[in-house]
Amino acid sequence: MTSARPWLLSAPALVIFAVMLLTPLVMTAVLSFNSFDFYGGIKPTFGFQNYADVLSDSYFYEIFLRTFLIALATTVIAALIGTPQAYFLLRMHPFWRSLMILVVLGPLLISVVVRTLGWAILLGNNGVINDALRSIGLIERPLKMMYTSGGIVLALVHVMVPFMILAVWAALQRQDPATEKAAESLGARPATVFRRIVLPQAMPGILSGSLIVFSLSASAFATPAILGGRRVKVVSTTVYDEFLNTLNWPLGAAIAVILLVSVLAIMVAWNKLVEKRFAGVFE
Amino acid sequence: MTRNSLFAKLFSLIFAIFMLAPLVVVVGVAFTPEGFLEFPPSGISLRWFWAILDNPDFIDAAIMSLQLGVASATIATVICVPAALAIGGGRFAGRDALQALFLSPLTVPTVVLGIAFLRFLSMLGLNGTFGGLVFCHVVIVVPFVLRLVLASVTGLDPSIARAATSLGAGGWTVFRRITLPAIVPGIVGGWVLAFITSFDELTVTVFIVNPATTTLPVKLFSHITQTTDPLVASVSTVAILFTVALMLIVDRLYGLDRLLIGEGSR
Repeated sequence: MTSARPWLLSAPALVIFAVMLLTPLVMTAVLSFNSFDFYGGIKPTFGFQNYADVLSDSYFYEIFLRTFLIALATTVIAALIGTPQAYFLLRMHPFWRSLMILVVLGPLLISVVVRTLGWAILLGNNGVINDALRSIGLIERPLKMMYTSGGIVLALVHVMVPFMILAVWAALQRQDPATEKAAESLGARPATVFRRIVLPQAMPGILSGSLIVFSLSASAFATPAILGGRRVKVVSTTVYDEFLNTLNWPLGAAIAVILLVSVLAIMVAWNKLVEKRFAGVFE
Repeated sequence: MTRNSLFAKLFSLIFAIFMLAPLVVVVGVAFTPEGFLEFPPSGISLRWFWAILDNPDFIDAAIMSLQLGVASATIATVICVPAALAIGGGRFAGRDALQALFLSPLTVPTVVLGIAFLRFLSMLGLNGTFGGLVFCHVVIVVPFVLRLVLASVTGLDPSIARAATSLGAGGWTVFRRITLPAIVPGIVGGWVLAFITSFDELTVTVFIVNPATTTLPVKLFSHITQTTDPLVASVSTVAILFTVALMLIVDRLYGLDRLLIGEGSR
């Protein structure tokens, strides 16, 4: 067996990735240094003007801040719901468990557009939730949930929580069920078992799930575009507008590169932090 | 087996309602006889399902999505099987880098991929073409195929292939008679997951389609952001039924949890 064999086998995929992924990404990075005017279009100049524009403008600053706060809130809520649910899933009767797995994982296979349409119907001023609350007399005027960050977070949790459950579940399956039994036999209450035995063993899953959920939420497009529209803009919808409405591609490319770099930086920092703090957990 | 407490059962029930509620309202709204979105519907009518037939745009978009899904999943599978055999077959210099490259589309924000493909295709003059769309989707779905095929390749027992070789089988025969049959579940699972991912993809696709190559998610998205009539709900309901049927078949054949976790977890 020669050392060229693995490279020959990978060659088709490698060629496609070099042409279709690396080249476009490099071209986008170059594009972000170009300039733009409304009459001449994209000019092949080289400068940091777009980055200076984005980083000095409080309008963009607010959009980036909102995007990361939405992603953070989604991650925390997904972890708070997903961790106990993964644990309960593990302890379910096999029949209910297989049914619940369909409920948890099935939505992953249905387009985010369709799921977000469902949330738009639920959250609207004349939507299902407001109608129900009004008919039982809890509220008089509709609660505003469409076009708010809270509505976006709610729908994003729905999209992201399956990823958290998958990650925590994978971690819990590696644990030894005898540790729980031992704690119970020594008189620990269920809440204590969960907090002292299950939670530490689920931690690697929670941490890796959080990373996935955060990075997917920070770049989510369909949910904020449908539920937030032009009123609650996030980074990805801003990039969309720059490319397809304003047509200022270099500025849009600069915003996208800043998003890419900040998401990668957060991922690397998170991994460093996790490795340092939980070195023992991942032996 | 320890039993779940009442609290755990209640928690799971509320969680299931939360997960299903948006899908239930979409399906419910689709059956309304009225001209606006209402839930629960005031009657049962198939009016908005018949209306799909009067909107060939949606049918064309669905056909486009099917073709795109089949083409990109097939190409991705064909290039991933040899790559997975290489990466899963043993250590070599650059292996980790190669694997990281093939999984990297999962890490890059999809909106960044979208504009990168738009810039690249429009420079080549291929923006909005079916061929351009297919290869962009191949890049997006490769990580899903690679993970599943790799999982079944690393589960292979190398001694069986060695036994075949020692009995005089050539490299191609070993692949066709020994390796391929053993990794078929991973290949099928990977292809299905790739097809579904491509079929549902919006964020990248919205940048690179033109009116002639619009896919179903893009068509639904632009319709929702412009008007709200029950037509989007009836089209979505058909899409949900299609996905549920596919899901049940896959769950029978392969196991949904194995498909989505990417390892033997049962």
